[in-house]
Amino acid sequence: MIEGAIWRRWVFFRLPMAIFLIFLLFPFYWMIITTFRPDGELYIPWYRANYKPFWTWNPTTAHLKYLFGETTFAIWMWNTTFIAVVATAISLFCGVLAGYALSRLNFRGAALLGTTIFVTYLVPQTLLFIPLSEIIRAYSLGDTPWSLILSYPTFLIPFCTWLMMGYFKSVPKELEECARIDGATRWQAMLYIIIPVAVPGILSAMIFAFTLSWNEFIYALVFLSSPEQKTVPVGVISELVRGDVFFWGPLMAGALFGSIPVAIAYSFFVEQYVSGVTGSVKG
Amino acid sequence: MATVVSVSDGGIIVGKPKWRPLENEGNLALLLLLPTVALLLMFIAYPFVRGILLAVTNSKVGVIGDFVGFENFARLLKDPIFHAVVYNTFLYTFVTTVFKLILGLWLALLLNRDFKFKAFTRAFILLPFIVPTVLACFAWKWMFDPTFSVINWMLFKLGIVAAGAGVNWLGDGDMAMLSIMIVNIWRGVPFFAISLMAGLQTISPDLGEAAAIDGAKPLQRFWYITWPLLMPVTMVVVLFSVIQTFSDFQIVYVMTGGGPANATHLFATYAYQLGIGTGLLSQGAAVSLAMFPLLFAIVIFQLMYIRRVETR
Repeated sequence: MIEGAIWRRWVFFRLPMAIFLIFLLFPFYWMIITTFRPDGELYIPWYRANYKPFWTWNPTTAHLKYLFGETTFAIWMWNTTFIAVVATAISLFCGVLAGYALSRLNFRGAALLGTTIFVTYLVPQTLLFIPLSEIIRAYSLGDTPWSLILSYPTFLIPFCTWLMMGYFKSVPKELEECARIDGATRWQAMLYIIIPVAVPGILSAMIFAFTLSWNEFIYALVFLSSPEQKTVPVGVISELVRGDVFFWGPLMAGALFGSIPVAIAYSFFVEQYVSGVTGSVKG
Repeated sequence: MATVVSVSDGGIIVGKPKWRPLENEGNLALLLLLPTVALLLMFIAYPFVRGILLAVTNSKVGVIGDFVGFENFARLLKDPIFHAVVYNTFLYTFVTTVFKLILGLWLALLLNRDFKFKAFTRAFILLPFIVPTVLACFAWKWMFDPTFSVINWMLFKLGIVAAGAGVNWLGDGDMAMLSIMIVNIWRGVPFFAISLMAGLQTISPDLGEAAAIDGAKPLQRFWYITWPLLMPVTMVVVLFSVIQTFSDFQIVYVMTGGGPANATHLFATYAYQLGIGTGLLSQGAAVSLAMFPLLFAIVIFQLMYIRRVETR
């Protein structure tokens, strides 16, 4: 596929690819190296001769000890996991059923409802966070995980529904008709025939919803207030920054460890994730 | 489903006509859609109405306000910070979208070739898009630190800046805007690249080969074949990205907090500062809602475009 002289390969492919990779991945390298670098090496101005940015010969676990010992980071991790898992489960349940109804059943208002759900899919969280914070307070959900578990589905369900609609449309109608001829009810045909076939689509929606809720920030920032209720992004920003003082070592350790669960989840389901990304734009 | 069976005289099992409400498509659809519709009504439609009601009163935290009509919006029109917010948001959205599209398309074309470790590379390229934005922003903020910036060190070693005269990335208004744009582009390029690559894969290579045989140069092949065929995917990706960027919050909140001197405030960060930071709920809600007309226009445009593509 890559034809031509060697210099062409370098100029048109290897060099640009290398620059892209460095640009996209360098911040992660920087997170890792900062996590294990002692404070004495971290705080050297960049123009000093002894500023050696890319490696350290004195790796330390002091920042990790601080992060896990002096802050409630482990609790934030647990909170984030719990919220992400429950919100994902609720959203998958709703999204799969709604996606099935909208793509497979004929009923009045199907097109209108499908469009409405697509529109809500495009509503950004920043449009509604102020009135929603009032409502959360009115329901006495403020500062509990349930404030997030119930509000995250608002952006996860439309996404899951949209993705599942696309997926269900690709399952041939004959499959369902065969089951119906053999005496299955509509409900049985859906539950035992169509949904099992759609498992890859459900996995895509699941991994996508999980990363979206793990990464959500503004609702968590506004709805949660006590340190032991916070999620990782909010906890890191509010507890590891004191006024103008940034504890860069523990901060980078927190950034690294807060990214690892999504990175692991993602690494298991790369293909599903990629098809989720592309499915979300194809409709 | 409970099955009702009766035994008739001859011992032949005959099913009675059963009451099966879920065999009716309308009923089944109603049942399946109920949880979704209930949650969306409660946590999107209702907050939206509440948001409008908040924006036409003068509520503060803990104080239920009086009806003031469009006073909050009228105040925004005279608010110099809000003017800066509108300018910043449009600039930020426009510049980052252009760069994300160009770089994303370039990366997609590179990824579309066959090379070693392709799956591996593709998996790593998506990392900026999947890790929590707030956490990645801290890495950038640390890289942009005025005293310890590794980027300044690189520029210093390349001979672009002198010792002690490094770029003040987040401290100067224009540079701060550039910095948050860089971070936004960094985060968005993988999404563009992967989506556009999926679009590229649906284009048959035969078309390009036929054109090559007819003597079309690579640039011509791209411009007259690939680009037009990629247009539907490009449109959707761009519109998604515009919505996300226009309503962006996290990057600015972490990197600059809207400063220095409001040079990087966007709608969402200004709404947060007014509504949550200062407790002026109504004014914050008004700033948030000011995003709505443009978002609405984009959504309508997108729906019309999708419909046109589908019916073609």
